[in-house]
Amino acid sequence: MKHKKAKKYGMVIDLDKCTGCGSCMVACMAENNVPFRKDESDKLLSITWLRVYKLTNGKPFPNTDICYLPRPCMHCEGRHEGHSPCVSVCPAVATDYNIETGIVSQIYTRCFGCRYCMASCPYHARYFNWWDPVWPDGMEKYLSPNVSPRMRGVVEKCSFCFHRYQLAKEKAFMEGRRKLKEDEYQTACTQACPAGAITFGDLNNPNHAVNRMAKPDPKHHGRPTNPHAFRLLERLGTNPKVYYLSSREWVRRAGDNYLENESIAKKPAHHE
Amino acid sequence: MKIDRRSFLSFLIGGGAGTALSPLPWKLMDDSSIWTQMWPWTPVPEDGEASYVNSACTLCPGGCGITVRKIDDRAVKIEGMKGHPVNNGGLCILGLSGLQLLYGPTRIKTPLKRVGKRGQGRWEKISWNDAISEVAKILSDLRSTGQSHTVGCISDSDRGTVPRLFERFLTVYGSPNLMRTSSIIDSYELTLHLMQGAQASPGFDFENADFILSFGSGIIDGWGSPVRMFRANSAWRNTGGKIIQIEPRLSNTAAKSDKWIPTNPGTEAALALGIAHVIIKESLYDAEFVDNYSAGFEDWKRFVLDKYCPDSVATITGIDDTTIIALARSFARASKPLAICGRGQGTTPGSLDECTTVHALNALVGNINKQGGIFAVAEPDYINWPEVEMDATAAIGMQKDRLDGAGSKKYPFSRYLLNRLPQAINSGKKYPLKALFVGDANPLYTMSDSKAVKKAFDKVPFVVSFSSYMNETAQNADLILPNHAYLERYEDIPTPPGMPKPVISLTKPVVKPQLNTKHTGDIIILLAKAMGGNIADAFAWNSYDACLKETLGNKWQTMVKKGFWSYPDFFVQTHEESFDTISGKFEFVSKETGSLKQFKPVNIEGDKTNYPLLLMPYDSIRLANGVIGNPPFVMKSVDDTVLKGNNVFVEINPKTAREQGLREGQLAMLSTPVGKAKVKVHLFDGIMPGLVALPRGLGHTAFDDYLAGKGINFNELIGPVEDPVSGLDTAWGIRVKLAKV
Repeated sequence: MKHKKAKKYGMVIDLDKCTGCGSCMVACMAENNVPFRKDESDKLLSITWLRVYKLTNGKPFPNTDICYLPRPCMHCEGRHEGHSPCVSVCPAVATDYNIETGIVSQIYTRCFGCRYCMASCPYHARYFNWWDPVWPDGMEKYLSPNVSPRMRGVVEKCSFCFHRYQLAKEKAFMEGRRKLKEDEYQTACTQACPAGAITFGDLNNPNHAVNRMAKPDPKHHGRPTNPHAFRLLERLGTNPKVYYLSSREWVRRAGDNYLENESIAKKPAHHE
Repeated sequence: MKIDRRSFLSFLIGGGAGTALSPLPWKLMDDSSIWTQMWPWTPVPEDGEASYVNSACTLCPGGCGITVRKIDDRAVKIEGMKGHPVNNGGLCILGLSGLQLLYGPTRIKTPLKRVGKRGQGRWEKISWNDAISEVAKILSDLRSTGQSHTVGCISDSDRGTVPRLFERFLTVYGSPNLMRTSSIIDSYELTLHLMQGAQASPGFDFENADFILSFGSGIIDGWGSPVRMFRANSAWRNTGGKIIQIEPRLSNTAAKSDKWIPTNPGTEAALALGIAHVIIKESLYDAEFVDNYSAGFEDWKRFVLDKYCPDSVATITGIDDTTIIALARSFARASKPLAICGRGQGTTPGSLDECTTVHALNALVGNINKQGGIFAVAEPDYINWPEVEMDATAAIGMQKDRLDGAGSKKYPFSRYLLNRLPQAINSGKKYPLKALFVGDANPLYTMSDSKAVKKAFDKVPFVVSFSSYMNETAQNADLILPNHAYLERYEDIPTPPGMPKPVISLTKPVVKPQLNTKHTGDIIILLAKAMGGNIADAFAWNSYDACLKETLGNKWQTMVKKGFWSYPDFFVQTHEESFDTISGKFEFVSKETGSLKQFKPVNIEGDKTNYPLLLMPYDSIRLANGVIGNPPFVMKSVDDTVLKGNNVFVEINPKTAREQGLREGQLAMLSTPVGKAKVKVHLFDGIMPGLVALPRGLGHTAFDDYLAGKGINFNELIGPVEDPVSGLDTAWGIRVKLAKV
């Protein structure tokens, strides 16, 4: 019974609307006290909880096409609740699956930097602090008290702005409410997106826009039933909570590793 | 008890197992991970009371409303303001990084006076009183020797109270040399003046348009008011609005458009004429508008029908004639079509012919001053200061020709021609510039042909910068009088470019001034008072804030509360009263400029044999290329196919790469007639063969270590090309050689 009531926060990103402007990346950095260094052009070392990838269809001029794909943490549920690739391997319980919200947490003070989770994450959503964060003199003034700055030797990643959930819950509690309205808890990237391409909400709640847009199928680990929706590496079975929408087939194909002549049309249920 | 081998081993193993089963090792491991993380240098942000302040962003002319989250007296996050008529909640990447500028290392902490050579970076602190008296003394000396006209001022805008205070100061002081940073808005203002007789800025009703024909405008690459354009673009996805993007490179806008039509670079005007040809020939134009409210149509019609049949346009543009015909038909048959121009972010004014031709397309489909069309938006007249009383010196000074040649016999219609200033100074033909004020602008970075601009600046004996940040121009100034950052001051932000309805936003002091800075408005007032006489009389206000409050009058309260003032009673004029041309109608052929000229491609610099390829800039919203450079967060968002280490990538087609013998990631030398630079090569299928594209916004020498020294400033490689009618810069590119090093 408890599980039926549980929320499953997730995101739907409309790639037809996404302009690749990068507002989500910076809104996230500003919200979550993400550090920065003098050279950020080595993307393996550059900490971006949400990274916008540029995809191309690989066709020659003038049939070339590009599409941007923002990639936060997918907050994978796995085949069973909590069987996220990273949660399963963490020896320090520094990353955990929250049953109440479906959010995969990262507890910096527990992490001792073995980076096993980074190896297991198929989305490169996790980043390691190889250096202590340094803010130029005076710039620490803008640091938010809601998210603790990380230190050298720990892994960090997108938290779906969990502190915003906590603040919203506190506010609701003070007002004598137990339930949160859809717009009360929104991530920083969702709020900042000038194109309105990101939608955030409870995937289990049929009244929330994310549910209507992705139409997740609870019988098949949340697989989207909207024909324009897809998830990254769907067939790995990670059951991610971030859905993408695109009207372009080559973009949907780019979401997983398909054989050259393989169709990406959804297999009927009985094949599973 | 005897300790034998057996009991010793039992003790060890038992002890080991016991310890392992106890919480001790886990506790120790946990503790050690905590201890090794509790370094005193990891900041612990102080908690406090959270509050929100509404204000406005000034980092680009876009004029978005912002809401700043504060913890006690610290600003911790900038968000878009919900309900603001420009951005309604969204915010761009630069606006979101604003706190890194407010609290960042590029801020100028106190007034500075140059000690070493120009640009050497050696400064001494100077008090505000000394700084202002020094400027006043130099200005008084120039004025008393009849050289008041040799004082100039460069600003990014000529609207709003601060630019108007500069203008007022120069007028009463006696100099005509106020110059505005140029952009596509200059071409549009001129077009509206010549074709409609309007003194106005263009306002595009994108929200109600359903077919956008964009001649290279970066709708989602930062053209116009960027966040508004993002929102309009998303709205078209929902309503089925169409965008047709015409440009030789697959920009983000082209990729998101419904149809991308690559055209030979610089031939956009010819394509517009070809489209007009089809529309006229097939009688698809709005006869009601054309017959009743336009003049010169017959002449223009003959010109277009004679010379621009789809066949010949296909040869010029490289677009096949069936595409041109189909495009013309769908444009004319759309219910709310709208044609726009201004390449990329519209930082270059471009050819006037191109702008007028594109505007003529709008007239053909009759969407002038109409919902979903283009409006001539006059500046709201909230600044009603008493006329200045000019003494004889001022009157003489104001009658002198402008140094940049705007309003001269050669270029009678242009108001500002900043692009001509370096040449005017360097040639020394007119008169020298003895003192230069640089307001909210960074000409040493943003103007093309950096070397010539630097040379011209070096010839000006006294340069004063009012910048809040150590940008290229401040670095090369003699005196810096730092303005408060935008989050520390009150200021009105006038209607952003392209808005169809006037809206004034208000920046507010979200935090107290953090450093020893002063509002530029206050400096002008103090300077005027120090000069005395008529000049002081023209500035009767005690402070800038008092001036602003008085100017805004009954709007002040609303603006402080809401953050902006929109004009609900703004109404659209009827066609009978809206055209103030000689004919009183919309003029397809302006009676002021005279005859029709055949389309001639802009004569870009360089010869084909030495420079076989074409270099074009491209704009990205992730690379700020205006008065503000990228803050660290925005630098983080730059792809590693744009910048790697300190090397910038140029984009070329794989076919071009093969011809030139270049590979992905290879270092190459990029040389144009203006300059050369080392770059890396990135192969991109989306660019027309024969072209080389370089991003704007890199290659800063000022600002901080997070930005300076990375990549190349495009302006070092290109020089201005004057438009024969407007005198504005029309250069869209330059010939280039790309060779292995």
